[in-house]
Amino acid sequence: MFSFEVGSLLNIAFVLGAGLVVSIMMIWVERRFLGFFSDRLGPNRVGPFGLFQVIADAVKMLTKEDWIPPFSDKFTFVVAPMILPIVMLLSLAVIPFGPGVGVMDLNIGLLWIFAMAGLASYSTMLGGLASNNKFALLGSLRGAGQMISYEVFMGISILGIVILSDSFSLREIVEAQRDGWFVIPQFFGFIVFMVAGMAESHRWPFDLPEGEAEIISGYNTEYSGMKFGLFMIGEYIGMVVMSALIPVLFFGGWLAPFGLEFGNEIFSGLFWMGAKTTFFLLFFVLVRAALVRPRYDQLMSYGWLVMLPLSLVNLLITGAVVLYQAG
Amino acid sequence: MFKAIGKQIHIIWSQIVTLWLVFLHLFKKADTVEYPDVKPYMFPRWRGRIILTRDPDGEERCVACNLCAVACPVDCISLQKTEDENGRWYPEFFRINFSRCIMCGFCEEACPTHAIQLTPDFEMAEYVRQDMVWEKEHMLIQGTGKYHDYNFYKVAGKAIGGKGKGEAQNELPPTDRRSLLP
Repeated sequence: MFSFEVGSLLNIAFVLGAGLVVSIMMIWVERRFLGFFSDRLGPNRVGPFGLFQVIADAVKMLTKEDWIPPFSDKFTFVVAPMILPIVMLLSLAVIPFGPGVGVMDLNIGLLWIFAMAGLASYSTMLGGLASNNKFALLGSLRGAGQMISYEVFMGISILGIVILSDSFSLREIVEAQRDGWFVIPQFFGFIVFMVAGMAESHRWPFDLPEGEAEIISGYNTEYSGMKFGLFMIGEYIGMVVMSALIPVLFFGGWLAPFGLEFGNEIFSGLFWMGAKTTFFLLFFVLVRAALVRPRYDQLMSYGWLVMLPLSLVNLLITGAVVLYQAG
Repeated sequence: MFKAIGKQIHIIWSQIVTLWLVFLHLFKKADTVEYPDVKPYMFPRWRGRIILTRDPDGEERCVACNLCAVACPVDCISLQKTEDENGRWYPEFFRINFSRCIMCGFCEEACPTHAIQLTPDFEMAEYVRQDMVWEKEHMLIQGTGKYHDYNFYKVAGKAIGGKGKGEAQNELPPTDRRSLLP
């Protein structure tokens, strides 16, 4: 029960704890790094290096007035922010953090993550719809359109990996990369998947559902207190899931690069998985700091006219090469 | 077709350049001044907290002429004139409401005796609104402020105790009109 095998109690506690702590600390890391990228210092007053800023934020959110608008659809309004963190934590469950570290080992792990990402869009849609506010409705409309269109080629972009590794299970996909990371044969798949992943988790520059410059705060305009906090935490957990999924699919997961394995297999696996995930988390922050939000029609035309053909061509070429090699 | 692909490649390339240029900012020194720990240099002519100064002899410079109160665009200065046994004028009370003061410095410009002066101190926040109203004893300092040598009653023609008519600096003795007869 307390050993490192998939689904043991220790594993569940570890993944839940690490996932929540990392995603909550990302609030501080992101603000700090956004500061560095714009020649500022970021929050550094609360505790050493401003580490306790997260606690201060949490206290602020929990003690704020939790207002439910009288004109809203109350049940949906309360349920909508709960969906996002729950669904994101569920998709965190299938991610393999190391050999024998993880909550579930589903043979359809990849499909599970897609199902959960699809459910996450309900949080955006219902939140905006239940608020009964025109800006919230605009935000949720944008969110629905964006997630549906980007989910299409997000799925197509990783079919190349499924062809190469012959499996939907994330552990088998990692094991299939012992000879070489999939980022090399699937480079375009990687590009498309990363862009779609950012759009899927509402990360900048694809934060059109909550574009605070145009539609105040989009689908969470009417939310305050911890209900807004749940939206925010869900978004950060989604960011952690995405940055853990990219190494698993394209960068060999827990496998050490150049044979740099050291010590215990589990320890080394956790170290390398953590290092790769951290790299992509910081890359997401850099993208937020650098790139500007596109117009909505630009987003749509970019998705359907560039990303979809690119992922289809990638899938066709991968399939053709695999068939040719099979003889 | 190729033109469209070239345009897309150009767009992606410009995004990558943006990412790289922003990444380089990670290694630049932050412009932030960490204020309560690092105090900024305040220039001597900065218009901040208002003080009342004394002349080189240690007497109050203010003669309660009310010109500062007239010049004040937000009417935050109020004072009352009184006179001591030597005939010197001085304010009975001098009150500035700093919750209205806009630190424009017009009072300093209007003052004929260099009594009221603005200093580079800007940290004047209070928790109670009434604490923003400062009385004369809060503002009166022991020194001369920015003008060390000026002493109004030494150059003015007004007679006060210990200094009669015609005894001020650069002042001629009063003319005896009857001796001017032809």
